[in-house]
Amino acid sequence: MPGPITFCKGGGCTAKLGAAVLNRVLERLPKGPPDPDLLIGYDSKDDAAVYRLTDDLAYVQTLDFFPPMVDDPYTFGQIAATNALNDIYAMGGEVRTALNIVCFPESMDLNILGEIMRGGSEKVIEAGGVLAGGHSIADSDVKYGLSVTGVVDPHRMYPNNQGRPGDALILTKRLGVGIICTANRVGEASKEALEAAVASMTTLNKYAAEACRSYTVHACTDVTGFGFLGHLHEMMDGRLSCVIDLDHIPYFPQAAAYADEFLLTAAAQRNRNHVGRFVRFENVPFAMEEVLFDPQTSGGLLIALPREEAGSLLTELKNLGLPAEIVGSITERRDPEILVAGTK
Amino acid sequence: MIQVNAIGDACPIPVVKTKNAIKELNGPGVVETAVDNEIAVQNLTKMANQKGYGVKSEKVAEGRYLVTMTVGEAASAPEEPEQETCLVTPESAAARKNVVAISSARMGIGNDDLGGVLMKGFIFALSQQDELPKTILFYNGGATIPCQESPSLEDLKSLAAQGVEILTCGTCLNYYGLTDKLAVGEVTNMYNIVEKLTQADLIVKP
Repeated sequence: MPGPITFCKGGGCTAKLGAAVLNRVLERLPKGPPDPDLLIGYDSKDDAAVYRLTDDLAYVQTLDFFPPMVDDPYTFGQIAATNALNDIYAMGGEVRTALNIVCFPESMDLNILGEIMRGGSEKVIEAGGVLAGGHSIADSDVKYGLSVTGVVDPHRMYPNNQGRPGDALILTKRLGVGIICTANRVGEASKEALEAAVASMTTLNKYAAEACRSYTVHACTDVTGFGFLGHLHEMMDGRLSCVIDLDHIPYFPQAAAYADEFLLTAAAQRNRNHVGRFVRFENVPFAMEEVLFDPQTSGGLLIALPREEAGSLLTELKNLGLPAEIVGSITERRDPEILVAGTK
Repeated sequence: MIQVNAIGDACPIPVVKTKNAIKELNGPGVVETAVDNEIAVQNLTKMANQKGYGVKSEKVAEGRYLVTMTVGEAASAPEEPEQETCLVTPESAAARKNVVAISSARMGIGNDDLGGVLMKGFIFALSQQDELPKTILFYNGGATIPCQESPSLEDLKSLAAQGVEILTCGTCLNYYGLTDKLAVGEVTNMYNIVEKLTQADLIVKP
């Protein structure tokens, strides 16, 4: 095993299978009789599954694991856990239990695994959950993540596709962490850029989700592997459209600079192939197109809520220290589905 | 010419290696990069288009592609990044962008019942061809074909499973009240339809 850890073959959410490939497989799975208590399954391509137990209690289940996207095992553990836990928040739920998912080479130093799991377990504690077990496999490469179970009142959960025309769209984290990690892999990322990206990827969406509680959230998702535009496309659900204001997109300036150096991921191109046809860019520089398609590991929440409530939620999010912005608004369905407009 | 071997390299390594080779050229010249996946071809092509280099790519074997970039005299500052400098040379039949455009639920003019039978037969025969189209576009009356209860659904699913892109006009689905009846492929818009038709190598209109 060369080096302390063969991290970073292209980890994090850049390692996700493309949506197009995945859909082809999912469409062909046999479907049992529909269960009315399965409130959210993969038909709606949502962030997590929701199963109703009683009228006011449902459990939220999610599972996320991936190869490392940074060199430091402790940081990787934190990021992977944050990414998994965030799916619960995207549904409006609270974290209860988590199980570790580990793939680890037998020949590798076990202290590294210890560091990964320490990072993960700290995030579970911060989320208010309890680590209840796990499963580990000897494998040629390191992979780590969590299966997380949370709870939600079914009347108060956040689907990803119930936005309404007139809603404002809020994004709570900067875009571009995928490009920065990719640049880092080939030694082209600055220390500052990587530190900023890591700080973002280890921030739980717990606080943003809690702030949302007092608002009329119509739809919510977390921006991860399919990139901002991919998740936005899912939010439009084939019946809505939206206009995105490029000037208000929060992003890491270094990510745009690295995109201009063509430090591009395969996953971003897959995202472009998958949703590019739904998007029209007006006065959007190439680098920003790449940022908008960039797969995010542990990205922020994308929230749709009535325009008149958006300003107040935005202030609360900013008071939490989040780089949130109102990035656009939902309209009636029209062509193109997603219009991204920059200023000339 | 400089040859770059990026077989087995994950993005962005093929682009990084190619950039280094172009730097090495130190002026006009040709860089030929071998990669093993189509996404890498697309990322290299994006870079070439942005930089204003000439670019062509070909699939030389299963899992093996060659991307050739020609760096010209004035290649440094492309003012028009949208300009199509991309000459994708269709080497194998599979790489050809053949588009089938279906604008009606019936084939030909005459008896409507016969037209429906013919269209079903056409789509079935299409699914049996050795050389499949890259894309099938459905619009206006054609939009009913990829929807639930269509007699051609199984054939279309078989085409989709073989990698044929099936796109249906969203405005048309909406007009016919079929938006939630679409059973195969994806919804598209007029920009994409125009792009598919104008960039096709061959358009087949039954």
